[in-house]
Amino acid sequence: MVDITPADGIPPAEIAEVELYHPHSWWTKYVFSQDAKVIAIQYSATATGIGLVALVLSWLMRLQLGFPGTFDFITPEAYYQFITMHGMIMVIYLLTALFLGGFGNYLIPLMVGARDMVFPYVNMLSYWVYLLAVLVLVSSFFAPGGPTGAGWTLYPPQAIMSGTPGGQDWGIILMLSSLILFIIGFTMGGLNYVVTVLQGRTRGMTMMRLPLTVWGIFTATVMALLAFPALFVACVMMLLDRVLGTSFFMPAISEMGAQLQHNGGSPILFQHLFWFFGHPEVYIVALPAFGIVSDLISTHARKNIFGYRMMVWAIVGIGALSFVVWAHHMYVSGMHPYFGFFFATTTLIIAIPTAIKVYNWVLTLWRGDIHLTIPMLFALAFIVTFVNGGLTGLFLGNVVVDVPLSDTMFVVAHFHMVMGVAPILVVFGAIYHWYPKATGRMLNETLGRFHFWVTFLGAYLIFFPMHYLGLMGIPRRYAELTDMTIMTESAHHLNSFISIMAFIVGFAQMVFLFNLIWSIRHGREAGGNPWRATTLEWQTPQTPPAHGNFGKDLPIVYRWAYDYSVPGAKEDFIPQNMPGSFGPSREPA
Amino acid sequence: MAVALVLVLIVVGSVLFHLLSPWWWTPIASNWGYIDNTIIITFWITGVVFSAVVLFMAYCVFRFRHREGSRAAYEPENKRLESSLTIITAVGVTALLVPGLFVWSRFVNVPSDATDVEVVGQQWQWSFRLPGKDGKLGISDTRDVSAENPLGVIASDPNGQDDVVVEAADLHLPVGKPVKMRLRSIDVLHDFYVPEFRAKMDMIPGSVTYFWFTPTRTGTFQVLCAELCGQGHPLMHGVVMVDTQQDYLAWLGQQQTFAQLSAPQQTGSADQAPGTMASGLKTAARLETVGSR
Repeated sequence: MVDITPADGIPPAEIAEVELYHPHSWWTKYVFSQDAKVIAIQYSATATGIGLVALVLSWLMRLQLGFPGTFDFITPEAYYQFITMHGMIMVIYLLTALFLGGFGNYLIPLMVGARDMVFPYVNMLSYWVYLLAVLVLVSSFFAPGGPTGAGWTLYPPQAIMSGTPGGQDWGIILMLSSLILFIIGFTMGGLNYVVTVLQGRTRGMTMMRLPLTVWGIFTATVMALLAFPALFVACVMMLLDRVLGTSFFMPAISEMGAQLQHNGGSPILFQHLFWFFGHPEVYIVALPAFGIVSDLISTHARKNIFGYRMMVWAIVGIGALSFVVWAHHMYVSGMHPYFGFFFATTTLIIAIPTAIKVYNWVLTLWRGDIHLTIPMLFALAFIVTFVNGGLTGLFLGNVVVDVPLSDTMFVVAHFHMVMGVAPILVVFGAIYHWYPKATGRMLNETLGRFHFWVTFLGAYLIFFPMHYLGLMGIPRRYAELTDMTIMTESAHHLNSFISIMAFIVGFAQMVFLFNLIWSIRHGREAGGNPWRATTLEWQTPQTPPAHGNFGKDLPIVYRWAYDYSVPGAKEDFIPQNMPGSFGPSREPA
Repeated sequence: MAVALVLVLIVVGSVLFHLLSPWWWTPIASNWGYIDNTIIITFWITGVVFSAVVLFMAYCVFRFRHREGSRAAYEPENKRLESSLTIITAVGVTALLVPGLFVWSRFVNVPSDATDVEVVGQQWQWSFRLPGKDGKLGISDTRDVSAENPLGVIASDPNGQDDVVVEAADLHLPVGKPVKMRLRSIDVLHDFYVPEFRAKMDMIPGSVTYFWFTPTRTGTFQVLCAELCGQGHPLMHGVVMVDTQQDYLAWLGQQQTFAQLSAPQQTGSADQAPGTMASGLKTAARLETVGSR
């Protein structure tokens, strides 16, 4: 990697600027747009819309768990359909789409100093295929038999059998088709993000000057491009099993006294394929959050991110390691038990780069000038929930400790804390942070603080106690918790409490949505750089940035993204495109 | 100020909740106290780390909050600090991993004196098979499953003839004797889970999986299915009774062998243990409730 310091000068542009595709009508400007920023907003709006469906589904589940027997319309079939759709929507159609399709599209070109993604047309197609995937998914609610109730992991054989809702109806077929479409759409976008980061950076923007947001999204995208194919083939194979009667995942089965026409398949093969995708998927969601939260903390603490190079290598290291830990989801799956030694070791090793990231976030706060803005509050809340959820990962990753806890509510609490609540808190922080750039106006502060406190404390009160239900041995994915000897009266009360908190936290999200819409017109004018931040997206000539982002000339980058409070400088931030030296440069080489 | 206080309250509240709340594991009934100990070690290490990180954050937020004219320090890296933190973390992780792997190696290596007990899961009930006098279970195949042969025991295998078949009824085990649970399913994934035994393992159609344990106290324990197996999953309960040796033998004497069950004159007879009928009917009635709702 060539490092360019101001003294070396800036290399000449090697490639002539490419003419952008300019819209000719309202349709090509706002609907079939090839501008990454418009595509980003389309992705975000669609993800939010389908996310609201997942939110309502979670309320329905909590109604059943918190007040068993009260709501007759929540049958076990319906419960399993809710739980499956909730999980799949949150992980794939909301979080993955929002972080990569939403934030990736908006921020990558702006932050690396490019006019747009390198393949704008494919980028546009990516969104429309994603939308199609979402529509296919939603259509399963209206299909005969309803959506699949196989659990978001879709484990065969039950996923395609009649004892599971949607197994012998349309539900599972639509789910698998939708996933296949999603992966096709994602691949189009993902190739764009990777090539743009590698080839589209402006002059002076070396890899080691990229903001950590870009590093996070970039690494996550590379991982997704490697991990999604495993899910893709698993979906195709299961679709063949279901539709054509092949036996990839189906052994000989006696179902309710009848022999099925399958023989010789391996259910556990699906689990390996699923988790070879599924574990990297955790980090596909987490790494963009890691990157974004680093930039939020640095900007709002007015201090450079501590240990930038270590942070980059931790992101890359976590990304690589996450491909050799997948079977920690399968300790009690019946795979060969000796795998447990290997996967427990790799899983606990991954805790080390993850811990380094946490240390560097909190050390960035040390001797900072901490502005408790709403993005900073969300960043702090992220650290709390991420540390909490990460540490319970040390229980579940440590093979023998996982044995009593796996498939219990402990797991549900763990993964919601670490890959539900924590990344979503970053999403909120990021929206409060970049909304002024995307709209030119600030989000309302009072509503924002209300939203923050209810969401953070509420979510903690939901998921922290839930771990202890799992410790009692209460299994997950139980549509009813009756007739169980381990289920005490007080545990039922705890469940009711958790449900009530879930309704309150859900309500706070309505306030947030209202704020998003209301502030477009009524928010305080933001100006170009309200947070006094260093990165390129805040240095655009217009706010919101016009198509092409940077006016006539692309910016030239002279420094890393974290020159906050540089000794000797007049302001407490120096934009990346500001030439000149201010005292001894301490940018890490 | 308020933010720092809330962060401190989160730590204090979480620790107090852990110590005072009534929600804790069930009294153990197997030899896997090792697992409980490993969980306790993990709680200690992770609890200390969580408290330290969040309290440090609270201190930073309080001490370095923005005030008029304050300015942050400029310190991009500190190699010594970064590497020492890395080493401390590696030590902590090793302290968790090493005891965990030791216990895992006990968990997967079955003692030679363990008796085989077969568990067969199907939507949505539990059946069991115990070796007869020969101490060996006969081989089985899902393709041989039928109304007369619910577990798919292969009739041509002589080892299977004296196997004790317990269909959709309670399992009894003698206290203090190690057992190797050989787990099978004839339809979808299930998971044989008794919270008091701490152990569990998925059951995969087409494979035999296992875990072992030694029951350490007598009593009646509920079996739960811990792997989603369709709409009847939450009702797939069973019962394991841990008996004294004497009670166990008495129970065993009342059970029927595979040979007895498959002999023509016995088929379809009502000569079943009363418990079997009751439990089977109960499961059926429950599933009807599931269906009608």
